[in-house]
Amino acid sequence: MLTFIIRRLLWTVLVMFVITVVVFVIFFKTPGVDPARALAGRSPNPQTLAEIRAQLGLGRPFPVEYAIMMKKIFITRDLVSYSNQGTRVIQEIFAATPATMSLVFGAAVLWVVMAIAVGIAAALLRGTIFDPLIMVVALIGVSAPVFWVGQIVNMISQGSLHSTVLFSWVPPLGYTPFLQSPGLWFRGLVLPWITLSILYIGFYGRVLRANLLEVQNEDYVRTARAKGISERRVLMRHTLRTSMITFVSLFGLDFAALVAGGALVTEVVFGIHGVGFLFFESFQSLDLPTIMAITIYGAFFIVLINAAVDIAYAWLDPRIRPT
Amino acid sequence: MTAEPLLEVRDLKVSFRTDDGIVRAVDGVSFSLSEGETLGIVGESGSGKSVTMMSVMRLINDPNARFEGEVLYKGRDLMKLDQAQIRGIRGAGIAMIFQDPMTSLNPVYRVGWQIEEQILEHEKISKQAAHARAIELLTDVGIPQAADRVNDYPHHFSGGMRQRVMIAMALSCNPDVLVADEPTTALDVTIQAQILALIRKLKDEFGTAVVLITHDMGVVADLADRIQVMYAGRIIEKGTRRDIFYDPQHPYTWGLLGSIARLDRPKPRRLAAIPGLPPSLLRLPEGCAFGPRCPHRFARCDERPELLDKVGDGHLDACHLDVEQKREVRETTIHPELIEEVT
Amino acid sequence: MATLLEQVEVDTELRPAIAGRNPWALAARRLWRNRIAMASLVLFVLIVVLCLAAPLYAHDVAHVNPFVPNLNGHTVVNGKVVPVMQRGGGVLKLGETPLGPTWDVSHYFLGADSTGRDVAALLLYGGRSSLLIGIGSAVLCSLAATVIALIAGFFGGVIDSVASRIMDVIWAFPVFLLAICIGTELLTHSNGFQFGPVHIDPASLWLPTIIIAFIYIPYVYRPVRGQVLSVVNKEFVEAATAQGAGNMRLIFSEILPNVVSTVIVLMPLMIATTILTESALSFLGIGVQPPNVSWGTIIQDGTDLVYTRPWVTIAPGLMILLTVLSLNVLGDGVRDALDPRAKLRVEG
Repeated sequence: MLTFIIRRLLWTVLVMFVITVVVFVIFFKTPGVDPARALAGRSPNPQTLAEIRAQLGLGRPFPVEYAIMMKKIFITRDLVSYSNQGTRVIQEIFAATPATMSLVFGAAVLWVVMAIAVGIAAALLRGTIFDPLIMVVALIGVSAPVFWVGQIVNMISQGSLHSTVLFSWVPPLGYTPFLQSPGLWFRGLVLPWITLSILYIGFYGRVLRANLLEVQNEDYVRTARAKGISERRVLMRHTLRTSMITFVSLFGLDFAALVAGGALVTEVVFGIHGVGFLFFESFQSLDLPTIMAITIYGAFFIVLINAAVDIAYAWLDPRIRPT
Repeated sequence: MTAEPLLEVRDLKVSFRTDDGIVRAVDGVSFSLSEGETLGIVGESGSGKSVTMMSVMRLINDPNARFEGEVLYKGRDLMKLDQAQIRGIRGAGIAMIFQDPMTSLNPVYRVGWQIEEQILEHEKISKQAAHARAIELLTDVGIPQAADRVNDYPHHFSGGMRQRVMIAMALSCNPDVLVADEPTTALDVTIQAQILALIRKLKDEFGTAVVLITHDMGVVADLADRIQVMYAGRIIEKGTRRDIFYDPQHPYTWGLLGSIARLDRPKPRRLAAIPGLPPSLLRLPEGCAFGPRCPHRFARCDERPELLDKVGDGHLDACHLDVEQKREVRETTIHPELIEEVT
Repeated sequence: MATLLEQVEVDTELRPAIAGRNPWALAARRLWRNRIAMASLVLFVLIVVLCLAAPLYAHDVAHVNPFVPNLNGHTVVNGKVVPVMQRGGGVLKLGETPLGPTWDVSHYFLGADSTGRDVAALLLYGGRSSLLIGIGSAVLCSLAATVIALIAGFFGGVIDSVASRIMDVIWAFPVFLLAICIGTELLTHSNGFQFGPVHIDPASLWLPTIIIAFIYIPYVYRPVRGQVLSVVNKEFVEAATAQGAGNMRLIFSEILPNVVSTVIVLMPLMIATTILTESALSFLGIGVQPPNVSWGTIIQDGTDLVYTRPWVTIAPGLMILLTVLSLNVLGDGVRDALDPRAKLRVEG
């Protein structure tokens, strides 16, 4: 098992390296684009351009340019945003992370619990009217664009019904750090949590139900029944256990994508200043260093979580473990 | 012979509703099983042999399935029991092992855990005691170093070993009946022999009645006390082992026997195969189900034959030809050396 | 009397009637029987037709040009002539609010947006863009992914390793962020995409189509490659090779047909995904660019009017919801129809 983990992590490092190179190429080597001009943001003056060229070593050989950029991002962490009055990019990203983490973790807890409930309910209620009903609702959840749902939620909670008891507890749009005020932190996140999880509850509920029903036909479930075990135990111990394998690997992917900035639209719609929001702002103002740094940060996260999921997968499914 | 049979199936009918019509998988099947007896059920795919025994154990969950008839186990009709009662019987009274040992064990749990799960479901003993019993059982079925292997996962075992584990699990609660559904079909020929020998040894040791389902006459040749042959959801012949092998009465049985390659006879020019295909269970012919493929068909075969004891003493068959005609036909049409005459 | 060793004529009338029927025909029949899937297919087609008829609606029914601001325009409501931009908007009631929905098909059915344009007409034109990009990118993506998967799976070895690693790298990027990065680069501050002789105008719908197609290639590549691998090892491929079939023939006649069903099952879901992605990108400003509109851009435009004229936000979102929903239901139906495991297992 240990060699498996080490090998997996080494592979992760390699992939991260490749990602940084690809991102670098996208931003600095796209045909038809002058990187210095792009970095400088809107209406640059020649002095700024010259400064940028000097600081980043543009015009020198490709590996040197690349090395300088990577050093600025990871080692000295003094990558500066030219279009944003010289703010330090890396620090900005770190500052925005707690908001994103709060949003994504909360939503993840909500959606995992609800998805399992929905999936099991639909599988148990198969044959009754509730199964297709639940599935239709789940399907609607999957089909509605997240940002639109957010807009509608805002429309209702901040607009006409804001003064009613249903929504008067909703604070104005924005994020409050937990340490500043736990109550406000919570109240400000409830609706974003629900909005973000609707999509995933729908998706994972359906996936789980499909898996459960498929696994019901497997031979080992037939064996379990032939042993005289109760249906509930068969469901919980046999079908659910093996269905969770797919669930976990899919969950890992989605969760990673969200942390990496995929919660962008939710953050924008609800005014939560997380990494996604930062990303949005940065490409509105064409703040290249920030865009690049966040992309790398995001890709890293995904690769890391992928590795974690692979390891978890091996733990869940003994057949994968190398002996 | 004990007075009452252990298991008695009376006119069991199982049908499935599909988009294309009603599929009659089991069309009026009756048989009985006594304590300690081994019954072989032989037939090709689609004959209804598996569905019969799965229905006995109420393991068919399909909402489109319809059941008729009675299944008496120790006097109680299994068809009328509720879920809790039938669960009590599964595994403890009647246990079943299945065809493919590769997929019949849950891949994410250790084999010891799976055996213990069954024991603990039916008996109130401690986990340690169950664990000890699991090790004992694994040893009984011939798995070396059972104390270590009890903690292994199914994928650590070969196919034959897995089937042994399945047998161990099935016998863990000392059931009265062991149903083996094609237990050796997915295994190598040499392993087949081992598994069958194991089943024989265990049934002798524990006095378990066995229902052996197979499409292979060779499998039942050694083990079965009585044999019934199924075709298209119906029993078309049943009798003792001797009856079936030495005095088969139904042309389908002849076909099954004729298609066995035998080492102790001169090589036939061609292995006999039964031409044609089994009928669609959606549209069974009006008369004898085997009629369309039977080379000895005559006018009366448009009428469905009943399972009757024409030879006498418990050897039943469902064919309109009378006994003398059949013996004559057998001599001339089937390679005479395949069948030994009983004088 | 015939012997068992001789050929016996089998009564063919009693042969099962289902044997030998084309699996595609069987699948099509199953799909046809699935009424819910059929209903959603009809819904989807209806939406497509409606949106394709956008110019028709704009010219002949509503008599508007939805791309031109109409701040000083007028229209007819209940027989009275009213201005499109109405006085009395905003907190101090001194601003202007666009007209709300009139529910009159030929006169600003859904009202006006903040530049006085007819929302209903915009909705249909927006649908055209969204559907074109959605379907186009899904098809493009599937084609590219299938070709790569066929080559990688068939030839195996180094080609397969390289292709799969490249896919892993693309896969590693948060799909969304990748789209945004590429989009930002190409759309907002350059002269479009220039690669040698190829130049694509930033306002063209091709750019979002290609970008979205590109980022989803790994999603299609993985299952298709899996299918190719499982087929490549099957005996009938060996048999064809033994017959002397060349690589091209093997790929196209033996492997491809078996892989096509995977792609077909994925297609409706892919289109649903690409439509959602496009709308999100357009909402953020890096999808469809002005003067083109899409459902996503309309929702963005509606942000300022969310509390006063909610229909500018509700309508396009509802259209996306219905379109994607119908595709999802259809996708389920297609998958059920092509599932070789019939719902009934009658064992022997």
